[in-house]
Amino acid sequence: MAIWIEEDAKVLVQGITGKQGMFHAEMMIEYGTNIVGGVTPGKGGQIVLDNIPVFDSVLDAVEATDADASVIYVPPPFAAEAIMEAADAFDRSKGEGVVICITEGIPTLDMVKAVAYVNERVGVRLIGPNCPGIITPGETGGAKIGIMPGHIHAKGRIGIVSKSGTLTYEAVAQTMSIDEGQSTCVGIGGDPVNGTGFIDCLAAFEADPQTKAIVMIGEIGGTAEEDAAQWADENVSKPIVGFVAGATAPPGKRMGHAGAIISGGKGTAADKFAAFEAAGIHIAKDPSEIGQVLLNALKEAGLR
Amino acid sequence: MGAMFKEDLSVAGSARDMNIHEYQGKALFAKHGISVQQGVHATSVEEALAGWDTLGSSIVAVKCQIHAGGRGKGTLIDPQSREMVMQGGVHLARSREDVESQASNMLGNVLVTKQTGEEGKLVQNLYIEAGCSIAHEYYLALLVDREEKSVLIMASTEGGMDIEEVAENTPELLHKIWVDPNAGLLGFQIGDLARKLGLSKMASRSFAKMLRAMYGLFVSKDCAMVEINPLVRTENDEIIALDAKVSFDENAFFRHPDVFNEMRDLAEEEETEIKAEQAGLSYVKLDGEIGCLVNGAGLAMATMDVIKLYGGDPANFLDVGGGADEEAVKTAFGIILDDPNVKGIMVNIFGGIMRCDIIARGIIAATESLSLEVPLVVRLSGTNFQEGRNILSGSGLDIHSVETLAEGAQKIVQLIGGGV
Repeated sequence: MAIWIEEDAKVLVQGITGKQGMFHAEMMIEYGTNIVGGVTPGKGGQIVLDNIPVFDSVLDAVEATDADASVIYVPPPFAAEAIMEAADAFDRSKGEGVVICITEGIPTLDMVKAVAYVNERVGVRLIGPNCPGIITPGETGGAKIGIMPGHIHAKGRIGIVSKSGTLTYEAVAQTMSIDEGQSTCVGIGGDPVNGTGFIDCLAAFEADPQTKAIVMIGEIGGTAEEDAAQWADENVSKPIVGFVAGATAPPGKRMGHAGAIISGGKGTAADKFAAFEAAGIHIAKDPSEIGQVLLNALKEAGLR
Repeated sequence: MGAMFKEDLSVAGSARDMNIHEYQGKALFAKHGISVQQGVHATSVEEALAGWDTLGSSIVAVKCQIHAGGRGKGTLIDPQSREMVMQGGVHLARSREDVESQASNMLGNVLVTKQTGEEGKLVQNLYIEAGCSIAHEYYLALLVDREEKSVLIMASTEGGMDIEEVAENTPELLHKIWVDPNAGLLGFQIGDLARKLGLSKMASRSFAKMLRAMYGLFVSKDCAMVEINPLVRTENDEIIALDAKVSFDENAFFRHPDVFNEMRDLAEEEETEIKAEQAGLSYVKLDGEIGCLVNGAGLAMATMDVIKLYGGDPANFLDVGGGADEEAVKTAFGIILDDPNVKGIMVNIFGGIMRCDIIARGIIAATESLSLEVPLVVRLSGTNFQEGRNILSGSGLDIHSVETLAEGAQKIVQLIGGGV
């Protein structure tokens, strides 16, 4: 078990004939991801990367391959529509599916529309946009759906959820430093309006028998971390280790991610750490300490 | 949740949502059918006086145009002597002489408000606006609520006040509606808001027309935020936008080249931040001494945090992004070293798609071409990190290579002689 994406999940790549899509499709295949097709309108019928069929639409692709997930490497002006096309295709064809959008720089109001569209299709889950993707490492290979470096991961029992890209890799490396692997790692992205949130991930990790502990990496801005901490306090029995980036960020300034702005005095790192502490989440104040804090939490829970 | 007050009110957008001036916002309002008072944009005292002559109003408002709120309660100071010239960045003028003295006190001086920071902003633009008979002042804002994932419209009878205080002390006076992106702004929602504001039938009609136009503008131009404080009701029950704070989502510029080309005022932005943006880097200047060069926004923030944790002070936020090459690393070093406060540099790279050996070569090229004189600590991790570290140690340059972020932060703090 893992969450949402099994090791052998069948995956489509939207935008596979583009530079980014092609490069990452190759990296995903190299890792062992079961890429079953690509989608580029107007290029249906082509075969790329030796044996990957290209389809004109996501619906054609899902119907031909019975794909479980689709990952989007489409430029920002077209990405929201790509999300909606995938949601429609999964909903129409099999009633469920996971859509992962890697694209950075999608207009916020496009995402408002796309998220509302996805939410009307209850069996469809959106991860991202502006995120590294989701990975479920296997004994050998596994399902890497996104742009994360596959080789730093190993199959294990720690679930990771994060708003940030490279900071997620840092968290992965920290689990490895104490000889722990990962069940599933989810990058939910740093945009103000996105699909899957912290609470969705915590609920899924809580229900997943493979996951024994959770690492949660937040960022300043919004109140998603505070809401998640409160929810976890009431609903999550597994140990959680938390870190929040942006303690030194000045208010009103955007720190790279569009969502990372402290505004109106809300969403500071101090608020979020305090909410974590109040919910019994084990805090790392420095990402280099995540491994040690996790080890202590595992020992406390009798898991080491 | 929903009912909670969650988003920012007084910060008009962020560093990279594009802000525009009030006079530009009002021109946009007028174009979209939102009632505003007649006004004239001026960049000199002569133009301000010509504005007075054109408007033919017995009373006008002379308003400093800067990209920050709190202008009315701000202070104008002389940029050289830093001495106070005049209290308040918005004044009423009842004569040509008033306009002349106020305009000359404003132009070329610096306006300091609670949103500008101590350094303030140079006033280069004025707006001369006809006065109007105000029956009541309201507050109105449109923004994207990230928790509800929809456009939030907020209105209050407590216009002209510090709205954050209203939200804090009398939240029941701040009324909200969320717009369903599929259904759009609905009549019953507008009616509900108008009733909560206690508007008469006639004023409600004017309010509805204004709000529909405002939502249309927000969506069609990809605004990040529109804030009007005050929105006024005249004695004739007409609703007029007496203020216009508008910012745009930079991600949507591809479909609004007009907004970007015609309304961006580069003089309001940090020079180095513009230079970084052009190189595809994300940079925010801070007040400390340790320059930071990192890949990824979250890791960049975490690097700053850890430097602070070990007693140092970060000089900047700098994310070189996922696809940075040698050239981008060199540009990044240049930008960091443009800041005279920088006494040392910390590089923190977690190689994913980006390979550490390429970064290491970029670092060497940059230190050689810029003849780097401040201490440099480099932490490389992830893809090809060993090769990267070997390249650095074999370069013969004075580069301190470390394995973890914590180790790096401690090292750089120690090298510049600070810390605890």
